[in-house]
Amino acid sequence: MSPAEQSQRSRSTRNGWLLSAPALTLLFLAASGPLLIVLVYSFLTPGQYGNVVWDFSLDGWIGILFTRDIFDGTMNLADAHLTIFWRSVKLSLMTTALTFALGFPTAWFIATRPPAQRAMWLFLITIPFWTNLLIRTFAINEVIRNEGLMNTVLTGLGLISEPIRLINTDTAVFIGMAYVYLPLMVLPLFAAIDRFDMKLLEAGYDLYASRMQVLRHVIVPIVKPGIVAGSILVFVPSLGAYVTPRVLGGGKNMMIGNFIELQFGQGRNWPLGAALSMALLLIVMAALLVYVRASTKGSNPHG
Amino acid sequence: MAERSFEVSRLPGFATVAIAVFVLLYLPILTLVVFSFNSGPSIAVWQGWSLHWYTDAWNNEAVKGATIRSLIIATAASAVATSVATMAALGTTRRAAFGGQTFIYVVINQPLMVPEIVTAVALLILFGVVKQATGYQGLGYLILAHAAFCTPFAYLPIRARLEGMDLSLETAACDLYANPWQTFRHVTLPLLAPGIAAGAMLAFVISLDDVVITEFVKSGGQDTLPTYMLGQMRRAITPEVNAISTALLGLTVVLLTLFFILTRKKN
Repeated sequence: MSPAEQSQRSRSTRNGWLLSAPALTLLFLAASGPLLIVLVYSFLTPGQYGNVVWDFSLDGWIGILFTRDIFDGTMNLADAHLTIFWRSVKLSLMTTALTFALGFPTAWFIATRPPAQRAMWLFLITIPFWTNLLIRTFAINEVIRNEGLMNTVLTGLGLISEPIRLINTDTAVFIGMAYVYLPLMVLPLFAAIDRFDMKLLEAGYDLYASRMQVLRHVIVPIVKPGIVAGSILVFVPSLGAYVTPRVLGGGKNMMIGNFIELQFGQGRNWPLGAALSMALLLIVMAALLVYVRASTKGSNPHG
Repeated sequence: MAERSFEVSRLPGFATVAIAVFVLLYLPILTLVVFSFNSGPSIAVWQGWSLHWYTDAWNNEAVKGATIRSLIIATAASAVATSVATMAALGTTRRAAFGGQTFIYVVINQPLMVPEIVTAVALLILFGVVKQATGYQGLGYLILAHAAFCTPFAYLPIRARLEGMDLSLETAACDLYANPWQTFRHVTLPLLAPGIAAGAMLAFVISLDDVVITEFVKSGGQDTLPTYMLGQMRRAITPEVNAISTALLGLTVVLLTLFFILTRKKN
């Protein structure tokens, strides 16, 4: 490379950084930077009325799993916390499984429509995807609440005499999350299936594979990156969900997101809240790492 | 039944599930919209058509205040986000790949990866300290927070547009002795405009819809429409919330339709 070319190239790189600087500053100020403060706060001591006292302590992190007995100071497993973590993980996995079971046939259906119709079906999935999550939570709430549409119709038809009480149960949160996150599963699955070469199916059937065998041994391995992407896209926000469990689960059926909020409100234990936030972030980062590895490995399956 | 030809791409039961999914996806939203026009106070028992929940919402001072606040925040935040995103998109495309480009992508897209509740808590702590130090309590915090998480949504469509753009027109402008600013102003910017408009619209919708971060960052009396609605849900729900939701839904659909028209690939 000639010196002139080299200097032009370094000028171009410098301009690249300069042009990106305002965006980087904004995100450092109001997105990445504050995360470091949370990390620091997780190692401090709670103040009496919320906030923190600047004394180093590991109690925030220890408090995730253990509680100190107020009489003899011994450590015990915090059952209440474990119940909340277990509920969060369980509901998120169930949500991922249900959205996959419903989303895969839906994505397949859209991808196999004639091209003229496909855009319309895709648009129908995209509208709920961009619709306010609160509005969608509210919509499902109206359907499943005790005096809601579902119970009114079922009682009117004489199928039930007592309303089905779903609100403020784990089941309500599960239904709500599956409802609001379903489009996040369908879109990446569609993208993967859309690229799928249907001739491979003919080849499979020519070799006397049954439909089940074709599904298991031809379709699923090839669209796997889409399956992984959809699962991560549903699992990650489910695990950090705040609005849906708050509206549909009530105060008792908290998930991690609501538990974190509690520490900054009535709980007055900011270091514990900060440690919980960092722990949630670590789990999400681990999930994203799995996604990146799976998508780079699977990006070139048969070409 | 006549024998059907064997279609390789048909998997039994899939179409049924798909249709059921579409019905289940839209039934609650349609219910919400229909009951916003209910004349009675119920969101489950139909009592005839009426627009009075819309006029109630319109005349409700709290709703009016929240609407104006939502629009101010969304306008300011999407303007800031779109400006910085446009510059960053120009800085990260159409030049030789440079070390640190991945770093810039990761920082800009970071709000898409970190759970909202974590960012919300982080901003609660940071802005709490700043509020105490400066005494400033205004909407600036919300605008700053919204601008940050809207930036990736503005950045992605603008970058996509830039990547699909042909450099030859700009090279031609340079050959005709246009200076870099003239080239940008009269060649690049007009070509990029649909991407910028699409990015701004997406940023606006994302800001308008935000609940979690707003709920943690707002000071007293700074409810936006979504946080106002979240507060209302704890009380007895009336179709007024349906009316607000329907109006917000309508606005989202209009903006998204425009977005799709702007980003549609010309064949």
